[in-house]
Amino acid sequence: MPHSPDPHTREPIARLGGAVKRYGPLTALDGADLSLQRGELLALLGPNGAGKTTAIALLLGLIRADAGTIELFGQDPQRIEARRRIGVMLQNAELPATLRVVELLRLTASYYPAPRTLAETAELAGIADLLKRPYAKLSGGQQRRVQFALALCGRPELLFLDEPTVGMDIEARQKLWVAIRQLLAEGCSVLLTTHYLEEAEALADRVCVMARGRMIHEGTVDELRARVAMKRIRCLSALPIDTVQGWPEVSQVRRENERLHIATAEAETVVRRLLDADRHLRELEVHRAGLAEAFTELTRDADEASDTDQREAA
Amino acid sequence: METIMPVTELTTTSAMPRSRVIGAYLEEARSECLRYMRAPSFMLPIMLFPGLFYLFFGVLMARTEGADAGRYLLASYGTFGVMSPGLFGFGVSLALERDGGLLTFKRALPMPPGAYLLGKMLMAMVAAGVVILLLLTMAVTLGHVALSPLQAGALLLTGMLGVLPFCALGMFVGTLIKGQGAPGMLQLVYMPMSIMSGLWFPLPMLPKFLQQIAPVWPSYHLDQLALAAVGMRQGMLLPHVLTLFGFAAGFLLLAARRLRRYG
Repeated sequence: MPHSPDPHTREPIARLGGAVKRYGPLTALDGADLSLQRGELLALLGPNGAGKTTAIALLLGLIRADAGTIELFGQDPQRIEARRRIGVMLQNAELPATLRVVELLRLTASYYPAPRTLAETAELAGIADLLKRPYAKLSGGQQRRVQFALALCGRPELLFLDEPTVGMDIEARQKLWVAIRQLLAEGCSVLLTTHYLEEAEALADRVCVMARGRMIHEGTVDELRARVAMKRIRCLSALPIDTVQGWPEVSQVRRENERLHIATAEAETVVRRLLDADRHLRELEVHRAGLAEAFTELTRDADEASDTDQREAA
Repeated sequence: METIMPVTELTTTSAMPRSRVIGAYLEEARSECLRYMRAPSFMLPIMLFPGLFYLFFGVLMARTEGADAGRYLLASYGTFGVMSPGLFGFGVSLALERDGGLLTFKRALPMPPGAYLLGKMLMAMVAAGVVILLLLTMAVTLGHVALSPLQAGALLLTGMLGVLPFCALGMFVGTLIKGQGAPGMLQLVYMPMSIMSGLWFPLPMLPKFLQQIAPVWPSYHLDQLALAAVGMRQGMLLPHVLTLFGFAAGFLLLAARRLRRYG
């Protein structure tokens, strides 16, 4: 056998190796690498257009790569044998409106070799009270829960969850997290895409950040947090922009009307300098950069690096 | 793409007994039928238009013309009625489901190959059967058309199988046009094709040119078979059957190519 029982040397159950996908002039994936180990939850993060959806579509066998290796359980994802081991929750799938929840579950479970029982699925996804209702009569959050139930009803070894909690209220979101943890405890692996850092934080063993079709960061949530420790300072001040720009801790500054916007990794030091330099400073605010801003920052770093490379090469 | 050895033993985890695979096909067909039979916006127009037309022209107006008019129009409105579950049930729903992401979702799931299309096909056949049964009932009770059980059965069979080339045509149009645009486009195919194949007015009443090009339309050939089923036409049936088969295969191939290329 090609693999050993040692979990550290085991082959990944899902893998992208140097995957390239182009849509006309647009390169959606530009040599992306990703590997998912058995039993782990990997969160795939990134701004819109980063290539998350394309990466998922490749792993689900929905599209073909222009180059690179795509494997699901060591097989081509377009093989049904590989897909019989996965469960899928996509971002926007309009399910048949007139079918009842129980009918949708029965249909989806029929695709799998050894699905869960109806009761087990309903219990896990918390939809026991919805079984008899037509799908169209459910609220948005309830529909998401049903979609989650469809993803897990086949007793999959690997779950693809694409933005699973969009449209859910806080309580429903936390219930879903509990269910996901329960599945992980049973040995199921999960590939999660999300916009919410707290979701990745609550669930993920590893985080992978994408930008412009590449993986720009991979590691634990804490490592990501350290990478994006950027803070935003805003205040009303008459200080000239050049002065602020000159401070070594400031990575970026701009002025909108009277308001200064400063990006820095060392907010305390910059605030002290600001207060010393301008006694009339007002309306001081300090924020942690949001995930989206952090991504933009990470992306911009990557862009600037490549620009510099090109300039040096020219 | 290179493939490496399977990570774990596939046989234990993803082999599926044949009975379960067949079960999946059946479940798909059952769901597809259920969801459309429950949707009045789908079933009503399909039954209403041929039903009303037949009531006016086949039952009320045909009283002066004799029973043969009722018999003739049973075949042509039957053909007219059979086209719409194929074009709309199949084509439009495909376009909408491609747009709404359901098709993508199904393709990501381990649904057995073709189950989705087979299910839709079966649904269209059932809907076509319902339309034919409705018209048959009206013809026999209100129109006093004398039909042998064999003739009625032949018409039912013609309708249920005859829907298939229109499924293929609807599917092809459905892959060409995105979502909401498909119904309008299919109306543009449906109505003119029905008129030009002599489904609304008998062909001899149409301009000479239209009579000559009528065999271009699949509905013309289906109408010939339906007329033969109710005993209004003698002659070779095989050429019409083969032509319809050719239409079905051709459109299916075109649609499959587009689906493979553009999802």
